[in-house]
Amino acid sequence: MLAFIIRRILVGFAMIVVMIFVVFALFFANGNPAINQCGKYCTPEKLDEITGLLGYDKSIPEQFTAFSAGLVVGRDFPVNDEYRAALIENGYENRIIHCAAPCLGYSQSDQKTVNQLLVKAAGPTLSLAIVSFLIWIFFGVLIGVIAAINKGRWLDRVVVGSTLVVYALPVFVIGTFFLQYVAIKWQLYPYPRFEPLKEPADILPWLTGILLPALTLALFFMAAYVRYTRAFVLESMSEDYIRTARSKGLPERTVLFKHGLRSALTPLVTLAGLDFASLLAGAIITESVFNYQGMGALAVKANNNHDLPVLIGLVIVGAAAVIVMNIIVDILYAYIDPRVRVTK
Amino acid sequence: MKLNPPLPSTGATASTMGTEPRNVVLSRSPRQLAWARFTRDKKTVVAAVIVGIYVLLAIAAPILVALGVLNPYDNNQDLIANDSLPIGAFGGISWDHPFGVEPGLGRDTLSRIWFGLTFSFAIAIIGSFFAMLLGVVFGIIAGLTGGWVDYLIGRLIDLTLAFPQTLMLLALSSTVLGILTTVFFIPEGDLARAAYVILVLAVFGWVGVARVIRGQVLSIREREYIDAAKLIGASPMRRWFREVLPNLWAPILVQGTLILPAYISTEAALAYLNVSVQQPTPTLGNVLQDAVRYPVADFTYFIIPVLVLVILVVAFNLLGDGLRDALDPKGSR
Repeated sequence: MLAFIIRRILVGFAMIVVMIFVVFALFFANGNPAINQCGKYCTPEKLDEITGLLGYDKSIPEQFTAFSAGLVVGRDFPVNDEYRAALIENGYENRIIHCAAPCLGYSQSDQKTVNQLLVKAAGPTLSLAIVSFLIWIFFGVLIGVIAAINKGRWLDRVVVGSTLVVYALPVFVIGTFFLQYVAIKWQLYPYPRFEPLKEPADILPWLTGILLPALTLALFFMAAYVRYTRAFVLESMSEDYIRTARSKGLPERTVLFKHGLRSALTPLVTLAGLDFASLLAGAIITESVFNYQGMGALAVKANNNHDLPVLIGLVIVGAAAVIVMNIIVDILYAYIDPRVRVTK
Repeated sequence: MKLNPPLPSTGATASTMGTEPRNVVLSRSPRQLAWARFTRDKKTVVAAVIVGIYVLLAIAAPILVALGVLNPYDNNQDLIANDSLPIGAFGGISWDHPFGVEPGLGRDTLSRIWFGLTFSFAIAIIGSFFAMLLGVVFGIIAGLTGGWVDYLIGRLIDLTLAFPQTLMLLALSSTVLGILTTVFFIPEGDLARAAYVILVLAVFGWVGVARVIRGQVLSIREREYIDAAKLIGASPMRRWFREVLPNLWAPILVQGTLILPAYISTEAALAYLNVSVQQPTPTLGNVLQDAVRYPVADFTYFIIPVLVLVILVVAFNLLGDGLRDALDPKGSR
């Protein structure tokens, strides 16, 4: 088991390294990104300044190495040694920005390190991810199990039919409906505004502010999870050991909860873990519908400003979250599913 | 987050579970059996008809535009009031404009949605084609070779899935659009943007297909008739090309039917993020993107494209589900 965990972690680490390299290769494929960022009224001086500040004049492997080193020991901006030396010589030492490890870069347009921007945006995004995750797991599994028990009856048909419709509705349409009708026109619910959760007393306003966007996001996943759960439960309820349990006279409730659900819900752990992790880079569409200042909004803003370090930071954090979750889920799976025999 | 993965199955439906008539002695080919199962399921037949109508509409649209029956580009300022909303009830519905007109410019909504259908279909079909191609090739290679090739493809799949899709396609759009126009000489504008959407669909879409196909290859490889072929001395090439591959057309067809509606939805999501084909060229996505600006002020204009999209996606998914049940009654997922 220990060997399995170590091997899994090593593979995950290798994947993160490869992932970061792929990100660099992709984003630098079209030449110096400073040209984009410099914008319409670009002067050669400004272009040189951005290039030197962020070290865009180096080759892709060199930038990749510098970035990776920054993750471990931190970095100083401007990256260009001569620029830094010139700043110190002229007494502008305070203009050198130190970005502590794990350094993800520096945003020239925001004059802040990427880490600072990400930490600021993490609140709304994490809140949204957690609340919507709880909603979709709870209701998705519940409704899925109910549909499976009533297979073929009208309740099942209604549930399966509605998952099709909900799935077909774009997230931005659901979000717009909640915001414009439920909150603004009908005034059924207070206008959703993010309230940070700093102390236990904040929990009610926090939840009130997050519920509509979380529900918007959760509905899409719920449609999928109802279908997954229904399929998994039906599959496990047709196994031989269920027949054994029934034939030895166990009540149907025990058969379902003790024997059926356990094996039916194990595969959901994998799916749920990965789907949750995929939200950590921000739910861009939901956040922009509700004007939430999370990772998604940060991404949209960075994209409009051609702020490459922020985009790279977001992609890397998001992808690393999924890779790490993959490892956690694999290890969890080996523990909870007796059928998974980890060899060696 | 992942942009619109194909809809997961709900497991076998009642109509296909053990309802085979037992007293029929006539032998029927697997294809006849599948056809019988397919036509017995009314829901699937209705879905197939709706999908057929949509496809015909999408094919007819360019012809009707050329003939001047549909006018997706002409402004009708005379139909727009001072508050930039259409004159008249229900978004300005009239005999000339059965779905009303667009707020602001007054273009005919029916024409825009109808012609938009053509562009959305074109993007989704080409995108699915490439995703299927990559997915089938990688899936077959992984399933047949096994060993370290399978392992590498598996890690490539994990890596592709790890990238935050929405973020990637937003962040990469300017870089990749630049490459498409300067390196591949695709003209700037709609064509380059459509190419970008197709590229994104293919690059992130092949993964799901590859997983399904790999699973299918692995399960077919272990069936008795493959052992039988081996026993009578069939060469490996013969076993792969004559025994394994022909059995893959069913899952390929089913996957194709399921990813197409997912890609039509994805195009809509991309349009919302301003990444897809831009106005004035209509797509279902950019019509919707404009429509969600007037959810309350012009409800007709908001709800009609939503309904068009929902009916399309639901019908396609029902058809895909029905096909899966008909072609693969045991439901190997």
